Amino acid sequence: MKSKSIAIVGAAETTELGKIPNMSQIQLHADAALNAMADCGLGPKDIDGIACAAEWPTDLAHYLGITPSWVDGTMVGGCSFMIHLRHAAAAINEGLCTTVLITHGESGRSWVGSKAMGNNPASLGGQFEIPYGCMGPPTMFTVPMLRYMKDLGLTHEQLANVAVVQREWASKNPRATHQDPITIEDVFASKMIAYPFHILECCLVTDGGGALILTTAERAKDFPSKPVYVLGTGESVETPMISQMKDFTSSSAFKVSGKKAFTEAGISHADVDHLMIYDAFAHLPIYGLEDLGFVGRGEAGAFIWEGNTAPGGKLPMNTNGGGLSYMHSGMYGMYALQESVRQMRGIAPAQVADAKISVCHGVGGMFGASSTIIMTNEK
Amino acid sequence: MAINPKTLPKPTPETQHFWDGARAGKLLLQQCDNCQHIYFPPRPFCPECASRSVSITQASGRGRLYSYVINHRPPHWIAGHYSIAVVELDEGPRMMSNIVEVAQTPEALILDMPLDVVFDAVTDDITLVKFRPANPTSRSTSGDGP
Repeated sequence: MKSKSIAIVGAAETTELGKIPNMSQIQLHADAALNAMADCGLGPKDIDGIACAAEWPTDLAHYLGITPSWVDGTMVGGCSFMIHLRHAAAAINEGLCTTVLITHGESGRSWVGSKAMGNNPASLGGQFEIPYGCMGPPTMFTVPMLRYMKDLGLTHEQLANVAVVQREWASKNPRATHQDPITIEDVFASKMIAYPFHILECCLVTDGGGALILTTAERAKDFPSKPVYVLGTGESVETPMISQMKDFTSSSAFKVSGKKAFTEAGISHADVDHLMIYDAFAHLPIYGLEDLGFVGRGEAGAFIWEGNTAPGGKLPMNTNGGGLSYMHSGMYGMYALQESVRQMRGIAPAQVADAKISVCHGVGGMFGASSTIIMTNEK
Repeated sequence: MAINPKTLPKPTPETQHFWDGARAGKLLLQQCDNCQHIYFPPRPFCPECASRSVSITQASGRGRLYSYVINHRPPHWIAGHYSIAVVELDEGPRMMSNIVEVAQTPEALILDMPLDVVFDAVTDDITLVKFRPANPTSRSTSGDGP
């Protein structure tokens, strides 16, 4: 896409996050959408493009009273919303629509009105992975980690430290699910879920949603909030089967998506003031830092250990507390985007002073899919 | 390890040969006639060069423990903690499996340990391909020690 041609003018999460048993999944989408429309002073008749995952865009357009001329229902897991954003930017530039609403809502904890994504026993994963006792992401997303640890020398302490540092950020965020500081010993003492991962190294399971509204950069000045420009974007997919990931120490989708976004943005890593790396589990920021090129291969564990991504560090990362401590409804990508927007607007609870460029990197369907969005608040 | 009927594999026309082989005690891979690439999981064309000319080939059944987790939250139909492992076959491809006939602990499950295939007939139709630690004497000349 053309750098800085598109702006995010509306952004909001659901009014509540955490445990929301009085709202169905589609209402979580709508609650976030209504908040985002209020944020930028638009109504459903002003929206002519719609994208969402987990719900059909058809259902949501009808529910919200939107008549779109552009629709995207890309569903590749937790980074779907980043990919929607990328596709929406291209669609607006192509003149397919002018104002796009992207929504996420998930009743991940209360499970009200959610659609079960059941096993398909005839799929390749259903035939060659699930029969071995795979029980969802905690036992699949985690499988490559011991290989990484042996090949690149990462310690259990360095893995646990990812959760400790993210809790430091969460302690500054009144909306974070968990705000009390933790230590590496606390992580080791917490329940083992799938060795080597303890429960404090696994994401939360909560209810919530979020929505974004995009339009052209030219129109952005007409809206009440500080515009956030889309600087660069990337996306890729690799495999739905964790056992078939080519390199267990590096994600192909991360590398392809990240490289594309950085090239499009025309920036170097030193230009980045703020970073979000989707953390469904504690190893993802480690893979992300390396595959995006912020550090060399095998260096991410030590980089986090030295405090570089912690409050006061040179590369503030996952400043909302992340999926480990802020919230995680199942497809966390929307919350990472929301935090990047807040940082670029200058209104984040743990605001990074003078932050001008934010990189937001997502993952979906284990290491299956990825998308990277780079934003700036400077025209 | 018991299996839930809902998680039983459902073979398709493209994978039936693999399941027939497993039931007969053979681990079957596929090899491209054009570029010689050996691959898994099954499909009737080469994922490297897209040739439709491919042959079924029997694997040695030898491999090494590539990576794993130990599930500490077993479903009700499985007793105790168990490994979900990825095995790298001597022929190259990797496959998910369980490591059996060994303690399901980090101390007993050592990365790169040599493994031999075993066949677990979970139903009359479905035999799952699993692995156990290789018999040390069976690898005396192979050179790929622990």
